[in-house]
Amino acid sequence: MSTVQVVFTLNGAAVSLDLDPAERLLDTLRYRLGLTGTKEGCGEGECGACTVYLDGLPVNSCLVPTYQVRGARVESVEAIAAERLGPFLAQGATQCGACTPGVVMTALWIGAHPELLETHTIRELMAGNLCRCTGYDGIVDAVSTALGHGEPPV
Amino acid sequence: MKLLLPETVRDALAHMAGRDGVTTPIAGGTDLLVHWPVRLGERDRTYVDLWQLQELKPLRWTADALILGGLTTYWDVIRDRRAGDEFPLLVAAARQVGAIQIQARGTWAGNIVNASPAADGVPALMAYGAVVVLESQRGTEEVPLDGFYTGYKDMRRRPDQLIVAVRIPRRRYSYQTFAKVGSRRAQSIAKVGLAVTQSDDGWRVVAASMAPTIRRCPAIERLLQQGAVLRDSDDLLPAIARDVSPIDDVRSTAEYRRRVMARVLYDELRETCGWR
Repeated sequence: MSTVQVVFTLNGAAVSLDLDPAERLLDTLRYRLGLTGTKEGCGEGECGACTVYLDGLPVNSCLVPTYQVRGARVESVEAIAAERLGPFLAQGATQCGACTPGVVMTALWIGAHPELLETHTIRELMAGNLCRCTGYDGIVDAVSTALGHGEPPV
Repeated sequence: MKLLLPETVRDALAHMAGRDGVTTPIAGGTDLLVHWPVRLGERDRTYVDLWQLQELKPLRWTADALILGGLTTYWDVIRDRRAGDEFPLLVAAARQVGAIQIQARGTWAGNIVNASPAADGVPALMAYGAVVVLESQRGTEEVPLDGFYTGYKDMRRRPDQLIVAVRIPRRRYSYQTFAKVGSRRAQSIAKVGLAVTQSDDGWRVVAASMAPTIRRCPAIERLLQQGAVLRDSDDLLPAIARDVSPIDDVRSTAEYRRRVMARVLYDELRETCGWR
């Protein structure tokens, strides 16, 4: 087998691609589809900069072979409306910006599932998104603010 | 790389039976995808994709067991309220595996076959007496997890066998604890991992990152069974020396690991065992 056909829903629209089975979802988004909002940080599932939603759950797109999203629903940071970023700017949740696309994805997922806070803290849920600038307090504050709004992420 | 995309477990087992040579099953990919595109030397591998096999996804409860499917993820268990009530160590361990991005994709069966000596899920499963259910075209085989590993990354799984389930017997536990020491609170790999249970079946003490495989600690279990009275953590060191063989590596040293294992075990158990 040289290529595999992958049909999936990306940010609400159907996408159909023929690609190398070794291609990572991160590379498909960035280099094949031009959606460069999703960043590569570590490339090994540690930093969370490449976080996207796969069937509604945050995943590291560097660890997802694209062929596995056949029939699935994927949302990348491009699906997030700019005005949703207000709390992140207001609370000092972003500085150099490298982690921000991933942080925003995980944060808005928490915002859409406030019931998670019955068992988890914001810090635990955000543990998969490393930030070397903010010291995390601004991020936690922004998530708390976004929670107040309780809107679905996309 | 060559990729095979079976739509049923039956087809997956046919692929694994050998006509394509030795195959590597891939589920959530959280281990296999690390540095995946640059592992050029391994690109002639044949992968059998499991991710679409819906029949392996759900976990289910029976009268006497919790049965994790071959594709049950950490997040599936974290979100199962009953699992939190009956098998809290599974939930505690799952919450220590990376964070949500990994928990949503990583599977318990994958944790078992990846066979890392530092795995988080395996010690909890082993402390609960889990049984690995392997299937192949030749039939079903069940192997207790505490007898599954035969050496570093060596295990009692033939290349044609797939873990289709992990069965965890439901027992009444009078004591259970999970402890992990890493370089930071979240997203670290264990320098020392411990899972301990006491049930009608006796004590189970399981250590991670202390030997070439995750393993039970029979000498410590014997001490606990006999109700030995210890005065401080050093009293555990002789049994630890018999049970495990830690090494110096990039994450820690053998000496540190032995001492930390002794102290964590002592602190965790002192109240229950009436030690000082």
